[in-house]
Amino acid sequence: MIPELGHLALILALGLALIQATLPLLGTFNHSATWMALARPLAYGQFTLLTIAFACLTYAFLISDFSVAYVATNSNSLLPTLYKVSAVWGAHEGSLLLWVLMMAAWGAAVALFSRHLPQITLARVIAVQGMVAVGFLLFILFTSNPFERLFPIPPEGRDLNPLLQDFGLAIHPPMLYMGYVGFSIAFAFAIAALIGGQLDAAWARWSRPWTLIAWVFLTLGIALGSWWAYYELGWGGWWFWDPVENASLMPWLIGTALIHSFAVTEKRAAFKNWTVLLAISAFSLSLLGTFLVRSGVLTSIHAFATDPTRGAFILVFLAIVIGGSLTLYAWRAPSISSGGYFALLSRETSLLINNLMFAALTIIVLFGTLAPLIYDAFGWGKISVGFPWFNKMFTVLAPGLVIVMGISPFLRWKRDRFMRLIRHLWWLVAIVLAIKLLLISQVPIGVMIGMSLAVWLLITHGASVYERLQQRDRSQFTLKAAFIQDLRGSGRSFYGMIIAHVGMALFIIGVTIVSHFAIETDVRLSPGDSHVVAGYRFEFKGAVSSTGPNYHAERGHFIVTDDNGDHVADLFPEKRAYFGGGMPMTEAAIDPGLMRDVYVALGEPLGEGDWAVRLYYKPAVRFIWLGAIFMALGGLLAMADRRYRSTSPLAQITPTIAASGSIKP
Amino acid sequence: MKARQKRLLFIVFAITGIGIAAAMALQALRSNIAYFFSPSQVIAQPPPANEVFRLGGLVVNGSLNRQSDGLTVHFKITDNAATIPVRYTGILPDLFKEGQGVVAKGRMQPDGAFQANEVLAKHDASYMPPEVADTLKAAHVEGIVETVKQQQLNANPQP
Repeated sequence: MIPELGHLALILALGLALIQATLPLLGTFNHSATWMALARPLAYGQFTLLTIAFACLTYAFLISDFSVAYVATNSNSLLPTLYKVSAVWGAHEGSLLLWVLMMAAWGAAVALFSRHLPQITLARVIAVQGMVAVGFLLFILFTSNPFERLFPIPPEGRDLNPLLQDFGLAIHPPMLYMGYVGFSIAFAFAIAALIGGQLDAAWARWSRPWTLIAWVFLTLGIALGSWWAYYELGWGGWWFWDPVENASLMPWLIGTALIHSFAVTEKRAAFKNWTVLLAISAFSLSLLGTFLVRSGVLTSIHAFATDPTRGAFILVFLAIVIGGSLTLYAWRAPSISSGGYFALLSRETSLLINNLMFAALTIIVLFGTLAPLIYDAFGWGKISVGFPWFNKMFTVLAPGLVIVMGISPFLRWKRDRFMRLIRHLWWLVAIVLAIKLLLISQVPIGVMIGMSLAVWLLITHGASVYERLQQRDRSQFTLKAAFIQDLRGSGRSFYGMIIAHVGMALFIIGVTIVSHFAIETDVRLSPGDSHVVAGYRFEFKGAVSSTGPNYHAERGHFIVTDDNGDHVADLFPEKRAYFGGGMPMTEAAIDPGLMRDVYVALGEPLGEGDWAVRLYYKPAVRFIWLGAIFMALGGLLAMADRRYRSTSPLAQITPTIAASGSIKP
Repeated sequence: MKARQKRLLFIVFAITGIGIAAAMALQALRSNIAYFFSPSQVIAQPPPANEVFRLGGLVVNGSLNRQSDGLTVHFKITDNAATIPVRYTGILPDLFKEGQGVVAKGRMQPDGAFQANEVLAKHDASYMPPEVADTLKAAHVEGIVETVKQQQLNANPQP
């Protein structure tokens, strides 16, 4: 009964989405305030219905209702409760339901928090959201219904893929999806603005916080995925350039370009065309990501067993969304004024370089990801693109990007003077060059470059904070008071930028050090043997059988000691066999530390108590995720900037849009 | 700067940027792609000695042979039409099993064996790498053709 209720809720949600996609939008053309006023309640109704559907599916998982096919294939009565909940989005059908639920949640949030948004804009934004929701709901109902019944009812479920039975992966997809789907708001705002022909600073100001929060979620989602792959797959890598990882990286790269481009559009009313195009691209790439993951056209470690009709459906949907929005763009873009002039040496230019760099990086990832498909389609053979290629591409482009990142906060809008810049930057450049000279004979060239780029970012951003505070009225404020006052006022987006860029510096430090100094060894160890890696001595005490809630495990015991013979950690890596699947799983054991991780993974038993074992020493690997956390915090702080909430005089440009629609009573 | 100049500058920037990136990318791509071959393809047209490629198929039952150093394994990969011996030193993935689909990346050695430096088995018991599935399908069809030919030969022995 409950699953049917969920199914019914989905069907009703589709009906509501159809109304949502049409009536409010028509209302903006025939000036019907009543029709436009439907947008808000429709957004709430959509969210309510999908919450009901989602709750029904969760309930089916919690009571282990194996008459529902999706539950039977992805759960098991022995599964711990936490994983019963996360199993809801553990496979295709449920993760799509989560996707539409989140989209409805974003829509409802826009309806709730954008009280000062003109009715006409809100109506259009909600309508565009409705159109996307129609596509996804059709997809779910016709190709991937999670409520489908199974007969005869199996006595036991097949269990959740053991790889997904992990806390990191329980929260990774929701985070990632929040990011993916969050870009639908930026997309909807862009399309709404194109429909209305009004792209102005007000539009940028409304979209910007929504884009930032989506970007924050995506950043955290990607970092979580990377962290999960690091400890769960037992390979000790943090990024594999796997098609599914790339699918999440592309919207992130374009999203990063977008939040920078928004800065220019909001402050200087320039780059409007470009910003709209980026907003369309970010969401299109999110859809493409879903297509790549769900259709199974690409070989990936993440690929689920797939179904070609689904791939075809998403491909058609993708074509409609991208084709439709680009057509609208091509039709409307020429009429958009380009606005704000700027000189070659100006902050606009530096942000333009940022945008082009990120676009180039996106194209590189897109091309590298699709190259196997392209080769196959043209009959040039079946290929895979090795990750050294991606690494090479990124290490070629990234230094330029980072150098501009350091200069940009010092640049003035519109026009700057070269000599002024030199006066501000010469000593910072000197410090970096000195560090380079100091390092060059000590460390590999890659480390020298990476570390000096990180230092460059840190000192330029430190200096720009100092300079900003210096400009305050010195008689009134001490530096500290100026800082606090700045944080209360309009400084939040500035400090958000600083924190996110410091995150980038931390990320660079982590990547540089771990890729040059990590040590990975595979060895055969008998109980009592020990092996030394990077000064850490791993003593193998043997492996014993143990049993978990839904698996058997061979549990190894390692004692790790350092150079001085001091005890560092007892590590217990496991090799698990789940009752449901019978597929073996490696659970690595890690002693984490800010400066280094010590990592042990069991390979396979070699007889007589011997094991093949992986021993890793990973210096500074935590800096990679710490950097991502900083970026996310920066994004949050920027979003909290007061000007996004207040209706300051500048925000009063908004009525121009309402005026253009001249609403009839 | 005038709007038109600015737009022009923007376009020039964009085109050069993308152009340079594309040229570099394609150049570098050439040395970084690994083709996929099935055992039959390798036998029919051996790739150059130093080329890194991916060899895929099924692990032959009973062919897995662990060497005395504990970490080196020998096994054979087949597409049911041809078989190639493979050597690998390191830890095999969890899903590596005799009779299962596998993709190995490495080089051919002068002695006709394939030295793998990476072995991939997929992290889903029911999942078969698409390339391997295609290979097996192709080999299956060829196998039938071969069998039919053989039968015809046997039925009508040449004088």
